Amino acid sequence: MTRTLLPIALIAGFAFAPFCVHAEDKLILKSVSVELPNSDRMFPDGPGSQAANGNCLACHSAGMVLNQPAMSKAQWDAEVNKMRTAYKAPIDSKDVAPIVDYLVSIRGTN
Amino acid sequence: MARLRSVGVATLEKANPSHFLWSRRHFLSGTGGATLALASASAWAQATTKLPLPGGPDERSITTAFPQKGALILQRTRPPLLETPFEVFDQSVFTPNDRFFVRWHWALIPTEVKFDTFRLAVRGHVTRNLSLTLNDILALPQVELAAVNQCSGNSRGYFQPRVPGGQWSNGSMGNARWTGVRLKDVLDRAGVKPGAVQVRFNGMDEAIVPDAPDFMKSLAIDHARDGEVMLAYAMNGEQLPLLNGFPVRLVVPGWYSTYWVKMLNDIEVLDQPDTNFWTKTAYTIPDTPNANVRPGETGVPMVPINRMVPRSFITNIKAGDTLPVGVPTLARGIAFGGDAGVSRVDFSNDGGKNWQHAELGKDEGKYSFRQWQIRFVLPDTAGRVLMVRCTSTKGETQPDTPNWNPSGFMRNVIEQTQVVVA
Repeated sequence: MTRTLLPIALIAGFAFAPFCVHAEDKLILKSVSVELPNSDRMFPDGPGSQAANGNCLACHSAGMVLNQPAMSKAQWDAEVNKMRTAYKAPIDSKDVAPIVDYLVSIRGTN
Repeated sequence: MARLRSVGVATLEKANPSHFLWSRRHFLSGTGGATLALASASAWAQATTKLPLPGGPDERSITTAFPQKGALILQRTRPPLLETPFEVFDQSVFTPNDRFFVRWHWALIPTEVKFDTFRLAVRGHVTRNLSLTLNDILALPQVELAAVNQCSGNSRGYFQPRVPGGQWSNGSMGNARWTGVRLKDVLDRAGVKPGAVQVRFNGMDEAIVPDAPDFMKSLAIDHARDGEVMLAYAMNGEQLPLLNGFPVRLVVPGWYSTYWVKMLNDIEVLDQPDTNFWTKTAYTIPDTPNANVRPGETGVPMVPINRMVPRSFITNIKAGDTLPVGVPTLARGIAFGGDAGVSRVDFSNDGGKNWQHAELGKDEGKYSFRQWQIRFVLPDTAGRVLMVRCTSTKGETQPDTPNWNPSGFMRNVIEQTQVVVA
């Protein structure tokens, strides 16, 4: 790559277009196989934490929620409903209120 | 000190050793460098960092657990949201691949991609459907472009009032030299039929819930064929890390990274406007100057987020640092014009009362980060607010006051860095 980037830097000085075209030295791509880490973090214990663990963690790890700022009950209600309606999370309707109350208890504004 | 393992970064320094006195040697020998090395060593020891988000939570883990990735700020494990620690931006104008931020929407990300079996479909309103191998793609004319890839919600954590979403500091952005082929060349091979209006891009990631909306984004047909939008198979001279979209991702220069679809395996030319959730409903902004509304304001027309706007940052001085009185001090950093080049970077050491032109570093292309630097002398020991402001080649500049919108998109207010003088 050292060989290709030097002339490119020179061409860039003259060209109006942001692109530089160079035909030589195609890259060689190699197959990739990796493992992604998982998270075993659970929601802190409290009323409703079971419902949160049971419904939220299938799609995303708990850190996403625990990094959120404090929000009002209306905001948390909107978030949980966005997960159900926009992102189709299969949250049982009886679990919605306990989850919202739990989120308000750990990250509520009042 | 982070390993500068990436070929692209090392090559850049070789090709351009003394430009701007901002080589790695300068970084290591300067006072700013020493402070930074110390700060990053202590962050490693603790394996946590604090992001100064108003009201918190401010603590984040530093993770090295992700494949092909070095130390990054852990915002979410699954699907991964990984932020570039800000000191990385002081080390080079190009962001090393192993420190480049990561953002996925859905949790089912293929962990194995084979060179021989990968196929990219091109279909829809075209003369002939294509199923391209990686060799087919590599055989097309190769182009290269430096461009900033920035999340729509970069810096969301600084919105006040705070808004839900990934609570990023300023590190969900990066700059790379992208290598690949023009989207136009790929579309021409398929033959776009008259009446095409948009092109939709889909990657290999999938949602856990089968009926959840597949992540897809669309561009207008003229934008897709502008000769700048590209399919990249390399960044900074190496194949893409899997988490940055191996083997192929879309590069949409000057536009937010939501459009830069990763692990791209399906291109569909549409003869009707795209109505899918991720194009039409998600990632929309108020159709107002700076995408700005009052908190709680309703009835504002919304449009899909699109081009980026100018930003600039000081990278060698942090809030709370102590600067010396009466001697020349170096401030340096990065700027980008959004969807245009950097025309000017101005610096203030008195909270915006007086501004001076900073010296600009090498022009790597209009969509790239551009380095800047300035020396200044502080005459007394009063505390100071340092500010930096980028003006693009279109004449667009950063606003004095922060914008606000409910999704936390498009922040580009002039940054302020409070320092102590002694």
